[in-house]
Amino acid sequence: MLDPTKINVILATDCGSTTTKAIMIERQADGSYRQTYRGEAPTTVENPFADVTMGVVSSVTEIGELANRRLIDDSGAIIRPAKDGEGCDIYISTSSAGGGLQMMVAGVVKEMTAASAKRAALGAGAIVMDTIASNDKRRDHEKVQRIRELRPDMILVSGGTDGGDAKKVVEIAELIAPAKPQPRFGSNYTLPIIYAGNKDAAPAVRKTFEHGFDLRVVDNLRPVLELENLGPARDAIHDMFLEHVMAHAPGYDKLMQWTDAPIMPTPGAVGNILQRIAKDQRINVVGVDIGGATTDVFSVFDGVFNRTVSANLGMSYSISNVVAEAGIANVLRWVHAEAGGLDERELRNRVKNKMIRPTTIPQSQEALIFEQAVAREALRLAYIQHKEFATTLKGVQQQRTVGDTFSQQVGGQSIVDNMKLDLLVASGGVLSHAPRMHQTALLLIDSFEPEGFTMLAKDSIFMMPHLGVLAEVHPQAAVEVFEKDCLIYLGTCIAAKGEGKFDKPCFKFTISGGGLNESGTMSVGDLKLLPLGPDQRAKVTIEPERGFDCGAGSGRRMEREVRGGTVGLILDARGRPLKLPVDRQAASSIMSRWVRALDLYPTT
Amino acid sequence: MAQAYTPGLKISPSTTHRARRTLPLAGDVLVKVGDNVKARDIVARTFMPGDITPLNIANLISTPPADVPECMLKKVGERIKVGEALARSKGIFGMFKAEYKSTVEGTIESVSANTGQVIVRGEPLPVQTEAYLAGRVVEVIPREGCIIEADVAYVQGIFGVGGEAHGRITLACQSHEEELAADLITPAMKDCIVIGGARVTHEAIERAKKVGAAAIVSGGIDDQDLQAFLGYDLGVAITGSERVGLTMIVTEGFGEIAMAQRTFKLLASHAGHEAAVNGATQIRAGVMRPEIIIPLSPDSKARGLASTGPAAGALDIGRPVRIIRDPYFGVIGTVSALPHEPAVLGSGSRARVLEVKFESGQRALIPRANVELIEG
Repeated sequence: MLDPTKINVILATDCGSTTTKAIMIERQADGSYRQTYRGEAPTTVENPFADVTMGVVSSVTEIGELANRRLIDDSGAIIRPAKDGEGCDIYISTSSAGGGLQMMVAGVVKEMTAASAKRAALGAGAIVMDTIASNDKRRDHEKVQRIRELRPDMILVSGGTDGGDAKKVVEIAELIAPAKPQPRFGSNYTLPIIYAGNKDAAPAVRKTFEHGFDLRVVDNLRPVLELENLGPARDAIHDMFLEHVMAHAPGYDKLMQWTDAPIMPTPGAVGNILQRIAKDQRINVVGVDIGGATTDVFSVFDGVFNRTVSANLGMSYSISNVVAEAGIANVLRWVHAEAGGLDERELRNRVKNKMIRPTTIPQSQEALIFEQAVAREALRLAYIQHKEFATTLKGVQQQRTVGDTFSQQVGGQSIVDNMKLDLLVASGGVLSHAPRMHQTALLLIDSFEPEGFTMLAKDSIFMMPHLGVLAEVHPQAAVEVFEKDCLIYLGTCIAAKGEGKFDKPCFKFTISGGGLNESGTMSVGDLKLLPLGPDQRAKVTIEPERGFDCGAGSGRRMEREVRGGTVGLILDARGRPLKLPVDRQAASSIMSRWVRALDLYPTT
Repeated sequence: MAQAYTPGLKISPSTTHRARRTLPLAGDVLVKVGDNVKARDIVARTFMPGDITPLNIANLISTPPADVPECMLKKVGERIKVGEALARSKGIFGMFKAEYKSTVEGTIESVSANTGQVIVRGEPLPVQTEAYLAGRVVEVIPREGCIIEADVAYVQGIFGVGGEAHGRITLACQSHEEELAADLITPAMKDCIVIGGARVTHEAIERAKKVGAAAIVSGGIDDQDLQAFLGYDLGVAITGSERVGLTMIVTEGFGEIAMAQRTFKLLASHAGHEAAVNGATQIRAGVMRPEIIIPLSPDSKARGLASTGPAAGALDIGRPVRIIRDPYFGVIGTVSALPHEPAVLGSGSRARVLEVKFESGQRALIPRANVELIEG
């Protein structure tokens, strides 16, 4: 590794499942680092090339053209180190190519260890294909048949508390091993098994899976009945995902040889950067990265970091799944009346066309409006999953009472609290590339429903993954670029929690400073945008009506200084939870009102 | 000039195609290098371990699990028939012994002293791999399978459902723009690969299933028809293992879209020829597109059809492209300009674009991401 003081030109790529994004960072005359150019190209996992490095070269070539700097040599490799105005000093990369993670989970009692295993797998971003449990009411041979039919990438086996009965969990292992599930990657793929059950049963489980499997034994995810310890199992899932599943992305082995630092999974890199913000500024943060195949949600509440990956919620490969899961009616409720009569049949075809040609982008405004409507549902569903699976202590342990253990359908109490949320950060194509930042702001508010006072920001050009991995090798450059070039503050959203009848008073406001001197009353259903620039601050006093809360309690006055942004100050009296009429006509006319309030689509 | 990579689908009147044919698990390869194989010939065979039946002997003969190995009357690896005694408890002072007679037939796979569970494995299940591509074996992969090579006409579709199928190519539509409706499907199309033109309707698919067609290939399909055909709304494009009665491939996409004229002409020129199709599609890592493979007869090779590579590579002025996103979805034209600077689209986004000249002479700026190269 080069001496950090001698690094002048940094090239970083993020190989997403749809697009490969490259950025160049250069040291300036004053010694500081700034992001200077960016390029992107479709990720090349498709035949005939089937090599992720093709997309890397294309995206870097684009930077080279824009920067008028030769970065790729005649053999198609990145020129390093930089000299004579050519090449770069270090090249680093993150990657999420490889698609989703399909898992099967197993436990002894469906409502207990199997449910915990499912939470661990979902929390790690897997699609859970099936949950096998001793009491799942299927006969053994039916379970075996099911295991044989599935083609999982990985299996998580749990069961029993430490020191408890070891027999049942071994029985489960004894069903899975001889069933020999065939992984979808073919016969050369050794199926990874993670065992996170009763530690006393581990030796017998090891013996059961000793041939033909890659077994990793981790701490019990349910060491005692009242304690759920998902962290070790989730970490093992992430590790095995990288080692086994992602390594099957074409060209990945080559990419690993090119980089000057280990390739970091995209969500891991984003999580790195968000934890840094939360720690430095002592705030609660939620971040979202919506990609083509997956949506990752990150949260840091009271210093506790959590991350979930919704493997089947995304805007290209998984777009059809978003529509299938949310329902077309739920998508269309976000389309305002002036957007034109979108025909349902036509929309369904467009969704599928996007799925089969995932690298296309909306050209018309009508297409953009529909895509942003789908994005709201993808984000909303991903956040629901995150809230359900975020745990407490360091993201690994969750204290439960014995009383809770018999009613676990929705999981434990979420530590995600929208009223305590200080900063909501958006990244990922549909949010970062929205033509107007107002659109990004309302997408975030509609999907995440922040309560009280919340700062909104976006990753300017989807740079957080690059900076997350850069922080590992050159923290100074990562921090400088992050502060100067990465985050764009959109503004502050002030939203009242509570429900009421439309047009009844919700809260009174008084705002002064930053060029504003405003006061008034917001009625239920109102949305208002006030100009407050990125470097401006204003003092805000909110007096909610009874039944509404802006952070101080129901009906209690609240005073706070807020920061502006490129969008401004948004007052949201639409209520929480945010509800739209079921009737499509009524929903679209209300959406029109909100679209106008934020001037989302100036030409419609 | 930007060397922008743009995905394209392969459509070739004559190409040398190789098919890798392997077993899901190690087995016997039945062919050797140089063999000529037909599509339905078995090239490799093995036996999958049979289904397993777990029997909790500890419970069945009321014995502690640790004692089960001693109570077994059959050892691991031995065969057991229905009604045959499998285990007998020690009883009390040699009396009151409980015996379990097997309810299943198979081989004893394991006996667990931890759980008292005995696994009986049934008869091995044969697994065979067909040649799929009629051609010549050029390589044998020991214990796995082989690689078959043949000169073929090759068409990649954009999306399909259902697995491998074979049949004779039969035209149902007379033009690439004709909708494939139910009345165009006839009983004579049994076991055939039915070629449509534009959109295929759900009724046509159902009719094709009814007459026993092997596969349908058409330009497009409505999502709601696909849903009706599959019985569920497809969330992620990973297909191929559906058991839906026939293989269905669309070459262009969803909606009212005509098959590319070139594709239709190529398929039509092989009417009556045997072909292999596979609807398996995976639009994720290790992308897989559906395919139609038509082995060429010596006659057609002698005609000297031009061999072309895949339609992928650089975007250059004059290259024919197809637009793959609304508002010009499906329209074909040629690249007429490649501006370096990003342009503002109707959506308000800035993106790198190219100018396309349509057959009508009209020109439009299109995001580079929204075109695919096609062969001229």
